[in-house]
Amino acid sequence: MISGIDKEFRFLQDALNLRAHRQQVLASNIANADTPNYKARDIDFAKELQRAQGVQAGNLNLNATSSRHMQPSGGLLNAQALYRASVQPSIDGNTVDMDVERAQFADNAIHYQFVLDRISSKTKTLISAIRGE
Amino acid sequence: MSLSNVFSIAGSAMAAQSQRLNTVASNLANADSATSSTGQPYRAKQVVFSVAPLGGSGSGSAGVKVAGVIEDPSPMRQVYDPKHPLADAQGFVSMPNVNVVEEMVNMISASRSYQNNADMMNTAKLMLMKTLTLGQ
Repeated sequence: MISGIDKEFRFLQDALNLRAHRQQVLASNIANADTPNYKARDIDFAKELQRAQGVQAGNLNLNATSSRHMQPSGGLLNAQALYRASVQPSIDGNTVDMDVERAQFADNAIHYQFVLDRISSKTKTLISAIRGE
Repeated sequence: MSLSNVFSIAGSAMAAQSQRLNTVASNLANADSATSSTGQPYRAKQVVFSVAPLGGSGSGSAGVKVAGVIEDPSPMRQVYDPKHPLADAQGFVSMPNVNVVEEMVNMISASRSYQNNADMMNTAKLMLMKTLTLGQ
């Protein structure tokens, strides 16, 4: 039972961590909106969350054909930041599109709060189960 | 902690934008300074932004820093005013190469970027506060 609780919370914790990390990446895009040659970056949330789940379940998604191949060390901190395909690149080499970034920033903040709400309600459910009321 | 990094990123951008705003103010204030401490007319100044990568856990994200302040190399504005004490033999005075329209646009852009970053900081703060009250 305890391991079941842990599993449920770990998923939400991963999602929350990843959302916070993505918020940071988007913040750096908005901050660098006027920096020449800066390329906007983002992380693929769905893919990274799946990867994080896979790493925890023990099935790493890297195929090793030799015993000397290294396996990824796992964890969310090395979530891969990809470069965004820009809609309107500017002449100074900057690919930050403020509309897209602001929209994604707001979207990510809402999703973060959603995950927080999920955690809260899960805790409440557990507490009421413990109390048996 | 990713969300605390948002503060340093937005903070660095705000510092850079306010330096840009400072430069604009200096350019506008000196738009008619025909001479300076070097004896030359004032030259318009521009800031150059560059990426300042975050160390450690900040993979894929970076702040902003001002790489330097450059002087506008474009030629000085020549004004015909023979009565001016700095007028040359033909009666022309070299005035600063500040383009007021350009500076005004620069000012609006800097202030919008600053607002954007302040807004971003606010969002990050709200998110952190929500996280702190988790489970209550």
